[in-house]
Amino acid sequence: MKEGRPRSFYVLAIFFAAYVLFLYGPMIAIYVLSFQGPQGGLTFPMNGVSTYWLTKLFQGTGIVDLGAAFRRSLLLGVIVMAVTVVLSVAAGMAFRRKFKAQSILFYSAIASLIVPSIITSLGISLEFRIIDDLIKAHWNGNFETSMGLLTSGLGAHLTWTLPFGLLIMFAIFNRFDPRLEEAARDLGATPWQAFRHVVLPIILPSVIGIGLFGFTLSWDELARSSQAIGAVNTLPLDLQGLTTTVTNPDIYALGTIISAVSFAVITLALCTIHMLNKRQAAKGSDAGKGLV
Amino acid sequence: MDTSEDILQQASPDLVRGSQTRRAAKSARLSPSFVSWLQAGPMMLVFLAFFLIPLVFVVIVSFWDYNEYQLLPAFSGRGYTDTFEGCIAQLPDLCTIAKTYLKTLKLCFLVWAITLFIGFWVAYFLAFHVKSKTWQMGLSLLCTIPFWTSNVIRMIAWIPLLGRNGLVNSGLMKTGLINQPLEWLLFSEFSVVLALVHLFTFFMVVPIFNSMVRIDKSLIEAAYDAGASGLQTLVNVIIPLAKPGIVIGSIFVITIVMGDFITIGVMGGQQIAAAGKIIETRVNALQFPAAAANAVILLVITFLIITMMSRIVDIKKEL
Repeated sequence: MKEGRPRSFYVLAIFFAAYVLFLYGPMIAIYVLSFQGPQGGLTFPMNGVSTYWLTKLFQGTGIVDLGAAFRRSLLLGVIVMAVTVVLSVAAGMAFRRKFKAQSILFYSAIASLIVPSIITSLGISLEFRIIDDLIKAHWNGNFETSMGLLTSGLGAHLTWTLPFGLLIMFAIFNRFDPRLEEAARDLGATPWQAFRHVVLPIILPSVIGIGLFGFTLSWDELARSSQAIGAVNTLPLDLQGLTTTVTNPDIYALGTIISAVSFAVITLALCTIHMLNKRQAAKGSDAGKGLV
Repeated sequence: MDTSEDILQQASPDLVRGSQTRRAAKSARLSPSFVSWLQAGPMMLVFLAFFLIPLVFVVIVSFWDYNEYQLLPAFSGRGYTDTFEGCIAQLPDLCTIAKTYLKTLKLCFLVWAITLFIGFWVAYFLAFHVKSKTWQMGLSLLCTIPFWTSNVIRMIAWIPLLGRNGLVNSGLMKTGLINQPLEWLLFSEFSVVLALVHLFTFFMVVPIFNSMVRIDKSLIEAAYDAGASGLQTLVNVIIPLAKPGIVIGSIFVITIVMGDFITIGVMGGQQIAAAGKIIETRVNALQFPAAAANAVILLVITFLIITMMSRIVDIKKEL
């Protein structure tokens, strides 16, 4: 077509830039505000610069027991990540050939993604309450509850992360050349060897992506945890609780710390993906590229 | 999805027959269908235990009775009658539940229209104007990163900007446009819609972008060569081909907003009633059957909306 860029390019580029500013601007505002001086308030202009609010948070003199909530969220996030990766890769492999209940699993995943979180959360909480009542009535009158971070809480988070994992696996295998695996089999590889030495190395960057989704979605999860987490709170739940009561930059400092963890994980994952891609490009076979 | 067998079948039918006999010999150890079950089973179990059975419980409990502090497992329609209280008696005025759903639908429509507009043009820019793959990746990533960070933080991030003494108000007062701070900027329907758009435009961008990058560029060139104007190409070529993405994005945004109670709570100053908020309020009052009844109503309405939309497009084909 024409040389140079059309006028619509510049209009849309400005539109896109405005969207990015809209996405990041407010977030950056609170990161900046969390570095205020001790007299700081909730809005600009800043009252001095210090790490007062951040250190206050770490000393635990602030509002709730954030250290414990932090460790709980971290533990849950890591477990959710691991389970999401393993189950998604396994199910993704299963979807490469036809099997019974294929469409049931597919529609369950889609439904789990789009049924409003509050309904899933309420359902899990009812399920566990009823299980508790049954245990109390039939086996152990002193039984407290089966609800908890790593039972109902873990389940609630998985209903949110697994659909993403499965959809990413679909995207991977849409682009995957099955002849590579077939070649491995023809050379005598067992199915496991073909998976371990051929399929897995090729899909590994995307599998890291699934892990990234698994951890970050769990780390920030709120709606599904709200009814299903049991007696303890995760970090986002504590943060949400603070929105109605706190009037000083405590809440921004907490927000900054939670985001710092997210950004650390995102950076780590993206760097790993980049590294793996580079290694694949460098060490990968040049078969099919022709003679030079 | 193409399996290796399909591709081989085209290339060399004999080979496939060979591989089938070889596989038949192996099936003595592990049959393929057993392997499939082993691979897909765990995920199915998670959905069964934490999604499908809980949904069944929601429906069952919505028909139970309750008192101030506990569930009573006996059939009762009280969850529903409490919810629709006054709906017939107060006619022609609307009862609380009807008003709440109207308000939720209104929010839903506003957020849908705005996210669709922004999402469409952002995706359009990324798909058609950004030519280099590296830039396309980088800019998509830029749009995705906020999705991996906390929603609550992205909500409270608006407070220093929109509050009574926030940046917007102080800026407007300095320029002399207003004499006193605007109160409707924060903890209002405006801030709820703003925050929802801020949080969930991502869900529009991704599917629309996905549909757009699959559009064969030669189609657009053909339209151009045949003398179509930019607008004609957009309306007659690009929008119809991007429709699946538009529908999938719309389903995401609409279901999220229909069930939302956190954004509406935080950004509405806990003052705005919405479909998801009723459920939360009922749970906090330990009225589980009433909460479950409301969940069933919300589920039915959401399901109706999705069915209507998926008439337009076959979701499974598009993924």
